[in-house]
Amino acid sequence: MAAPTTRVSGRLAWPVIALAGLGLALLVLPLAGLVVRAPWAELPELLARRSVLEALVLSFGTALASTAVCLVLGVPLAAVLARAADWPTVPRRLLRAAVTVPLVLPPVVGGIALLLLLGRRGLIGSVLDDWFGVTVPFSTGAVVLAQVFVALPFLVFAVEGALRSTDRRTELAAATLGASRWQVFRFVTLPLVAPGVAAGAVLCFSRALGEFGATITFAGSLPGVTRTLPIASYLAMQSDPDEAIALALLLLAVSIGVLLGLRDRWLPGVRG
Amino acid sequence: MMPARPPSTSPPPQPAGRPALHADVTVVRGETRISAEFEVVPGHPLAIIGPNGAGKSSLLAAIAGLVPLESGRVAVGGRVLHRGVPPERRRIGVVFQDYVLFPNLTVRDNVAFATRMRHSRANARAAAEPWLERYGLVALADRLPAELSGGQAQRVALARALAAEPEVLLLDEPMSALDVEVRADMRAELATHVREFGGATVLVTHSPADAAALADSVLVLESGRVTQRGTLDELRAAPATPYVERMLSGSAE
Repeated sequence: MAAPTTRVSGRLAWPVIALAGLGLALLVLPLAGLVVRAPWAELPELLARRSVLEALVLSFGTALASTAVCLVLGVPLAAVLARAADWPTVPRRLLRAAVTVPLVLPPVVGGIALLLLLGRRGLIGSVLDDWFGVTVPFSTGAVVLAQVFVALPFLVFAVEGALRSTDRRTELAAATLGASRWQVFRFVTLPLVAPGVAAGAVLCFSRALGEFGATITFAGSLPGVTRTLPIASYLAMQSDPDEAIALALLLLAVSIGVLLGLRDRWLPGVRG
Repeated sequence: MMPARPPSTSPPPQPAGRPALHADVTVVRGETRISAEFEVVPGHPLAIIGPNGAGKSSLLAAIAGLVPLESGRVAVGGRVLHRGVPPERRRIGVVFQDYVLFPNLTVRDNVAFATRMRHSRANARAAAEPWLERYGLVALADRLPAELSGGQAQRVALARALAAEPEVLLLDEPMSALDVEVRADMRAELATHVREFGGATVLVTHSPADAAALADSVLVLESGRVTQRGTLDELRAAPATPYVERMLSGSAE
């Protein structure tokens, strides 16, 4: 990664500038179109609809829940991954690959895989169904699982980066002062990586909020149960485009909020 | 066995019941095997002196339990610190090279850290006060380590280590992070604090001036082996290796 202070020097060739402008237009124009075409006058009425509110509450609830799950599981996973630098090559690379897969895997594939594991006929799902009468797919819990599957790597890599940049001797110093391994983690390591954890949690939340493919495959689209904002928006596009646009605007607003929230957190260790 | 201190200095206090440190250790760091055997009694600090890469810091880390022993043993008084005794249960305090203060904690919370690990946070803050006073840190108590000078950071590191009430104190190159102008003053101050601590103390350095001010006797470590031991005067009288000769004449490194 380039240093953030790298200076752009000299003049760029005009084809580079032209293509860059085209690329930028491709990123910005659709969003501008969304904002311009939005039915602003009807917006209050659209956003107050029961179907919209249901999707909104469900989306925020599940995204918060999956962020919480990612924090509980992802911070320890990041700690192991950061320490894996001392491991032999093969297990180290396998571990890293396992954490990276959901980043590059089409979410639908993740949804199918979750279904094969936890569906009624799935490896674990059949046991849950036979023994406990628990069915995971097509429930709100399934939404959270699908979101955790796709969002966990974002948190893990953010925290791992922060862990790698801390001075390990700080942990050794804590041990000589009587801190147990757990206390070292709780009172030294965790506070030092807090900015990384916060940035990871925000990224994780926004990824969970936008989750579509794995969710619709594994959890379906039951109103109020599994129909999250992106799914509601997609479905509304076929029947009521104005509602779809309103939902899309809502998601865009949240994304911009996340971006603003992260702006100050990309510099871990800087106070204030 | 222990050499007498020069007559110009007052005799060190010898608090009753302070245990001696006995180390007979071998550690491996990279290609180097480092072996040394020594005993340090309370009130008579030992300086381990040697060129960079001789293995001095590794030796300290092994005694503190921060790196595993290849073989040998460490004992504090009658307590044998087996391989399995982790650093947090050794009661061996360490002042690290460039101090390694907790960057996110204030001076007060750095000094309170050891107490906080054993008791509550409120107790720890209160318990830190006398240490802050003794080391002249009251005015700096709310500062973060990044806002301290080298000398101030050294005081915090020492107060933090001693607030844990260790039986043994290890100092790893305590002067190397200081500006040259303040070294002499800080050396004298550190010598006073080490004398007040009174327990077995080991100092790692490559400076004979540090050894002269802070320690009674010297152990020379070169490429992982002990090449000479004695007082600085004894070393001067009969330097055992070319390194010792250069080091004493001030031309080493």
